[in-house]
Amino acid sequence: MTPNRRQFIKGGVAAFTVSFAAPAFLSDIARAQGARSRNLVVLYLSGGNDALSMVVPYGNAGYYQRRPTIAVPAGNVLQVGADAGGTAVGLHPRLTGLKQIFDAGRLAVIQRSGYPNSSRSHFLGTDIWSTADPGNPSGPGWLGRYLELLPQPLDPLTGWNTVRETPRTLLSRFVGVPAIPDPRTYAFSSPNSGNEALFARQAATRIASHVPVDRPHLSFVSGTARAAFDTLDRVASVAQYAPTVTYPATGLGSALRAVAGSMVRGIGTKVFWVQTGGFDTHASQNPNLDTGAYYRLMGTMNDALLAFYQDMSNQGLLGDTMVLQFSEFGRRVYENGSQGTDHGAASTMMVMGGGVNGGLYGTAPDLRDTPGNPTLESNNGDIRYQTDFRSVYARVLDNWLGTNSETVLEGNYRNPGLTFI
Amino acid sequence: MARRDDRIEHLLRRAGFGGSPDEVAELAQIGYQAAVDLLVFFEQAPDDIDARIGVPGHVGVTTRGQFSPDTSITDARQRWLFRMVHTRRPLQEKMALFWHHHFATAYSKISDTYGGTLATRMMAASGAYNGPKSSPSGQIERFRLNALGNFYDLLVAVARDPAMLVWLDGRLNVRGTPQENFAREVMELFTMGIRPSDNAPNNYTEDDVKAAARVFTGWNLSVGARGTNNVNDPTLAYDYLYRADRHDTGTKTFSFDIYPGGGRTITSSGEQEGLDFLMACCRHPQTGPRLARKLYGFFVSELQPAPQAFVDRIAGTFYSTNFDMRRVVLQVLLSPEFQDESNYYTRYAWPVEFVVKSIKETGWTGFSVDSALSPMLAMGQTLFEPPDVNGWETGPGWFSTGGMLARMNFAATLTQNQRFNLREAARASKGSPESVLSYTLDRLSPMPFDSPPYNELLGYLRAGTNWTGSDAELLAKAPGVTHLVLASPEYQFV
Repeated sequence: MTPNRRQFIKGGVAAFTVSFAAPAFLSDIARAQGARSRNLVVLYLSGGNDALSMVVPYGNAGYYQRRPTIAVPAGNVLQVGADAGGTAVGLHPRLTGLKQIFDAGRLAVIQRSGYPNSSRSHFLGTDIWSTADPGNPSGPGWLGRYLELLPQPLDPLTGWNTVRETPRTLLSRFVGVPAIPDPRTYAFSSPNSGNEALFARQAATRIASHVPVDRPHLSFVSGTARAAFDTLDRVASVAQYAPTVTYPATGLGSALRAVAGSMVRGIGTKVFWVQTGGFDTHASQNPNLDTGAYYRLMGTMNDALLAFYQDMSNQGLLGDTMVLQFSEFGRRVYENGSQGTDHGAASTMMVMGGGVNGGLYGTAPDLRDTPGNPTLESNNGDIRYQTDFRSVYARVLDNWLGTNSETVLEGNYRNPGLTFI
Repeated sequence: MARRDDRIEHLLRRAGFGGSPDEVAELAQIGYQAAVDLLVFFEQAPDDIDARIGVPGHVGVTTRGQFSPDTSITDARQRWLFRMVHTRRPLQEKMALFWHHHFATAYSKISDTYGGTLATRMMAASGAYNGPKSSPSGQIERFRLNALGNFYDLLVAVARDPAMLVWLDGRLNVRGTPQENFAREVMELFTMGIRPSDNAPNNYTEDDVKAAARVFTGWNLSVGARGTNNVNDPTLAYDYLYRADRHDTGTKTFSFDIYPGGGRTITSSGEQEGLDFLMACCRHPQTGPRLARKLYGFFVSELQPAPQAFVDRIAGTFYSTNFDMRRVVLQVLLSPEFQDESNYYTRYAWPVEFVVKSIKETGWTGFSVDSALSPMLAMGQTLFEPPDVNGWETGPGWFSTGGMLARMNFAATLTQNQRFNLREAARASKGSPESVLSYTLDRLSPMPFDSPPYNELLGYLRAGTNWTGSDAELLAKAPGVTHLVLASPEYQFV
């Protein structure tokens, strides 16, 4: 990563005032901004997903040539047909739930998404995908910029981050997004009980309400504490949500359970962030064995997404939600000596939801090591991007979140062929 | 017990984990320069810390059977927290934490590979406990040993560290099928960085990553055959092993200088190639400045980028002393920037700093550091489990709403546990709400409060009672107001 990455956040405190709306406005704003309105759930697969194992181009001979031990046998993939280039592709065998959703026409797969001169660094790569700005990846995130465009002051629950750190995607110059990994432990306790506990909460809330204008760093922490107090009670109502299905007992499962609870309670959140890790599979990737690393990664993702999809469907809210999946890079075309794959370039994105036009977008790479192969780069070691990831963001911003993508992305990245929404 | 020396307190917050009232008084007596010396030349202080675990008068640990910090990661975490609370060599522990963040290695991947027992040994085994059974001590002990040692020695130790060989897959890096994981991160994160700023050219190329991976082919791990019985076998031996027959002997050329004369092609052979390469990484003109900036953020201030003059000075010392971190850190602590009062309380407290400082300043008799482990997870920092090889997202990155609540709630747990001790300690100041608050703020060391929040603290002490200073009143209000201070935004800075 570049040193500037943290300097931005540091500078962010000095240069920007990240704030949360005053409590008095909350309920009105939540109502005005429309509970049960459309929302976007961003799913980040952290570590650099080996997309070739997730959406397998089993119809391409190069795939088996370049991956002698870690390829998924053609007979095992969950076939989803041939893409526009005529390559037969299939989902990883563990993605049975996503296959159902694909068959229902609610899963879009965008092959070979990326950008020119892809970074192979986890940190720079994540920053680029988060800011949608390869030239200046130290700034606020693309969804942070989206939140800035909404009518201010923004209800503090307009965004909901289910991990502990604020991801750069949600980082803004002046809008804070609460981190609520688990609504059930999102509460304020005191060393005393009864009235003393009540006095403590009142005092702590008022202490946090003080805005020390001469100390922006303190102001930032106060704002975070204030947002915690402002959101406690509504989050407590989400904690009591009883889902219609059983979510898997994984971090991703409980995060999506919280997302579903928040939607059902109609607390007005527009942007959610969920993530699941372990995708940096340099060694023993083993996508074929049920105890293998990649196989389990697919299981975690599949089971949580399927539970969420079914829950939302049962609640009649499927049409309101869209899940957008990305990772910081794809991995090398060829396997390394440790039955794993090193950092690569273009990857595959997926979009799921009730309003999604499912299917295969873009074409699979030709993985054969042939001279001048236009779908590969770096001596045919990496996949060359075909669809700029910013055009996927543009579609989501324009056609789903109802804003102007040119304002958010600072450029016209629209691609009329991307009709997934 | 008024606190008298702001500069000593600042020093203890940054070069340690804050001071208990006694520690502050002790260092204030010998003066700033001598205090810095005592911290930096820490060998002067006794290394008796492990012998004090379980001894009355100290913070507790919670044992589940025998206390086994070399084979149980929970116990290893407790041991480290105990050391942070009570060490007489605070800077050694602080630098161990700095290196743990810099060379961030996570237990979970190692435990996925070799099981929890072996993974704990690789991370944390030490001579003080059951012993590493003919294997080297754990990674954290290397960081303690090299806390203020030579950076090149440390880098070599890290490249050969068993935990690192698993974490960044060096154990699998062999001729013909090189593994790039360590090769990339040693440049990107451990030394020179990708580039000094967004507009600057990159310090290294993708071809450099590939060449460096080949340099380290054969830098592997010897480990007893992994039959089912060997996984989690506490007697299983392992160590770094250079395997010449797995080393790629081809030519390796880089885009930056490997040798001082300007040679960019490695001229040595075998294992020496890796040493030459690591030395080149140390000598790289961006490594010193990058470390200087990181030290500035860690010790001096997170509110602005390191001033260029500071970076030049510290980087200059780094190079002129041949990477002697003791001289480098000494210069940081004696620098005008470090001592500048406007830099007091300009560092966002890491969760582990918040927890340890809270314990040191609130009191510990009857409290177990085990009670801090789950809260620290919720605050976003589990020792031996950084989120990735880049370490934790520090600074404002620590402060999410959930993380802030976790801090407040840990403060509630601690003060609830310490309520009788806090009542006894406050008894001498029970005359009025003002005197209790004054005593409390003296005992803790938060950033100064503006008058509105100060008045809220007073308001809390007065709420629901006509102050009499009775035992019942003190039993509620002394822990109550301590909780509010620990939970305040002001307390979240060091």
